[in-house]
Amino acid sequence: MAKITFDGIEVEVPDGTTILNAARQIGGGIVPPAMCYYTPLKGSGGKCRACLVKVSAGSAKDPRPMPKLVASCITTVQDGMVVENTINQQVMDVRKGIVEMLLINHPLDCPVCDQAGECSLQDFAFEHGVSTTRYEEERRTFEKIDIGPLIQLHMTRCILCYRCVYTADQLTPERVHGVLGRGDASEIGTYIENIIDNEFSGNVIDVCPVGALTDKTFRFKQRVWFTKPVNAHRDCKTDKCNGRVTLWYKGKDVLRVTARKDEYGEVKEWICNTCRFDKKETTDWVLEGPAHINRASVIAQNHYELPVVNPQVIQDLPESTTRELERNPPLRLGGLNN
Amino acid sequence: MGRKLLTEHINVEGINTFEVYRKHGGYRSVEKALKTMTPDEVVEEVKKSGLRGRGGAGFPTGMKWSFLAKPEGVPRYLVCNADESEPGTFKDRQLMSKLPHLLIEGMITGSYALGARTSYIYIRGELLYVLRILEKAIAEAYAAGFLGENILGSGYSLDLHVHPGAGAYICGEETALLESLEGKRGNPRNKPPFPAVQGLYARPTVVNNVETIAAVVPIINEGGDEYAKLGVGKSTGTKLISACGHLNKPGIYEIELGVPVEEFIYSDEYCGGIWKGRDLKAVVAGGSSVPILPKELILKTAAGENRLMTYESLSDGGFVTGTMLGSGGFIAMDETTCIVKNTWNFSRFYHHESCGQCSPCREGTGWMEKVLHRLEHGHGSMHDIDLLVSVAKQIEGNTICPLGEAAAWPVAAAVRHFRHEFEWHVTNPKEATAPGAAYRGAAVLA
Repeated sequence: MAKITFDGIEVEVPDGTTILNAARQIGGGIVPPAMCYYTPLKGSGGKCRACLVKVSAGSAKDPRPMPKLVASCITTVQDGMVVENTINQQVMDVRKGIVEMLLINHPLDCPVCDQAGECSLQDFAFEHGVSTTRYEEERRTFEKIDIGPLIQLHMTRCILCYRCVYTADQLTPERVHGVLGRGDASEIGTYIENIIDNEFSGNVIDVCPVGALTDKTFRFKQRVWFTKPVNAHRDCKTDKCNGRVTLWYKGKDVLRVTARKDEYGEVKEWICNTCRFDKKETTDWVLEGPAHINRASVIAQNHYELPVVNPQVIQDLPESTTRELERNPPLRLGGLNN
Repeated sequence: MGRKLLTEHINVEGINTFEVYRKHGGYRSVEKALKTMTPDEVVEEVKKSGLRGRGGAGFPTGMKWSFLAKPEGVPRYLVCNADESEPGTFKDRQLMSKLPHLLIEGMITGSYALGARTSYIYIRGELLYVLRILEKAIAEAYAAGFLGENILGSGYSLDLHVHPGAGAYICGEETALLESLEGKRGNPRNKPPFPAVQGLYARPTVVNNVETIAAVVPIINEGGDEYAKLGVGKSTGTKLISACGHLNKPGIYEIELGVPVEEFIYSDEYCGGIWKGRDLKAVVAGGSSVPILPKELILKTAAGENRLMTYESLSDGGFVTGTMLGSGGFIAMDETTCIVKNTWNFSRFYHHESCGQCSPCREGTGWMEKVLHRLEHGHGSMHDIDLLVSVAKQIEGNTICPLGEAAAWPVAAAVRHFRHEFEWHVTNPKEATAPGAAYRGAAVLA
């Protein structure tokens, strides 16, 4: 076990845990954002640089600070490590810079994007970005390619997190898409033009943090904040799929089926394409009850409870942090009702 | 002229063949190491020599070698980084094409020291003709018993392969190189783990520059202590400098570290001064990614001392008034050079070569290039100059690999020292964008 101090809060985690996952054990507004890291996907992380934090003491043995900011999603904890996130101005400034970099070539077509409302980039910009841009040049565009009847690819929105590549590598028998090209001309694509078609291909939609990969069967049907998530399951015969999903209702209609995500948008149980695309009748499912959206996000604004931190943890916080959290709420301080 | 350790015989007829190379004392270091020294003794000699990586970072080679993890029963690798693609740097290409056996000799000695049974030379894709030269030389070395099973009856066996890249600058970054060597897309890896622990095929690996590996040969031949006598302070031995730009005699010079920069530029022994009798304006001392320095600061440090061609002297003053020795790509620019255009050119290169994996570099390099393009063509504003500095700062230090810094440093330094010239492009766009126009005002020194 290793004991680390994250933003003034002590937490004990098993050896080999990453700083980000240690912070998630504390929870609340101090958790660094992650645009590319995805716990279930081996090898993911380190790319978007959104989760950079300052390590002001490397370990109990060697308390020197790390010279550069480190990606918290791939840096493992050491006993006695001291990490600064929201309480460090440099980290906050860099994060603002990362939002800016991710947005300069993003089309900002949220009004017509199906991901809007549950988009990690939207949340990230909402929390850390500025509302103006310094970028005057033309935004990058790509030639449209069709990757099949189920998944819509919008390359202009992509932030190249590589999650869909890892998903295809680790979940499906053969990956037919990947990153082509280099630098800001890199794009997700199939070479040579191909259809992404296998029983688990739909999961790339769930892992995509932005609207680059969206569900074609849900396209332009409804804004996600007007739909109601309901957990449900069915006896799925597909190998490796246990049929536990979230149905998104509008009135009596199931508009969309997704895997169940946790508060950090991560899927723990993958679902097959049959569940996702073919079973859109309530009669196909056994309903369990409403799904919770407890992450501070655009979709959650004014609709759902904000995440609540254990009051004991708040008591132990240095005063400056508490003040910062009160002033800057994605976090509501208060009782335990989660 | 100082001693030449690497290029002494470079102009001998047929030195690229095994016989001629052997006749001129070739492969002595292999004989000496394999027959009279243990691998640890070889590493110790390299440590004593004070040799520092010649690829750009200047990390002590002996120390790098001693960091190599040596778990039982796990193969280790020595990989030679011959993906020389930094603008201004062209020393390795020449060394390999003229003296292929020198590199092979260094690879054998180095592999023996590290206990590697298979070693690789990863060569830049554009240097296909050098690849052929190396392959021919390797075949000769196999035939002569210096490669393959049981070399010189010592019981040590080594296989050496040359692998061409596909022409990506990023594959010169060591972990991207290893990815590429494994047959994957050349994206740099997140570190740690470092290659010394998990490198090629997740095995302990040392990646060294061509010149570094070649320098092992004279170190073993003459002894580390002898080698360390050359040079100044912690910059020992000789270094290949590829001098280019507005010089009377551009070319590759093997210098003893410690030659004053002024002597290197102006003496007839080296570059012979600036061409056409013009005045020097600025120098990029170590390949395009190191900060550019105006004439006043490259010849003398901020404290007024003579600047020497050493790792320490060139970096004196940090990035405020100093630069880096880098890979030894020495680019001199005369008074007619437009620094804005030059910076734009460098920036275009890094924009083109960014791998696109992490966001600050992927987006930032392109942004800087576009802003510089605007400034160079007279459409910029004063605000753009500050924007450049700000974007460079957002990239620097926040990326996976050093390409982010390599892209940010030259831009930041150019604005730092030649801000007046950038402002001139904004205030006098017509004059500044006229063909051949160059700002003649003074540079900012501190």
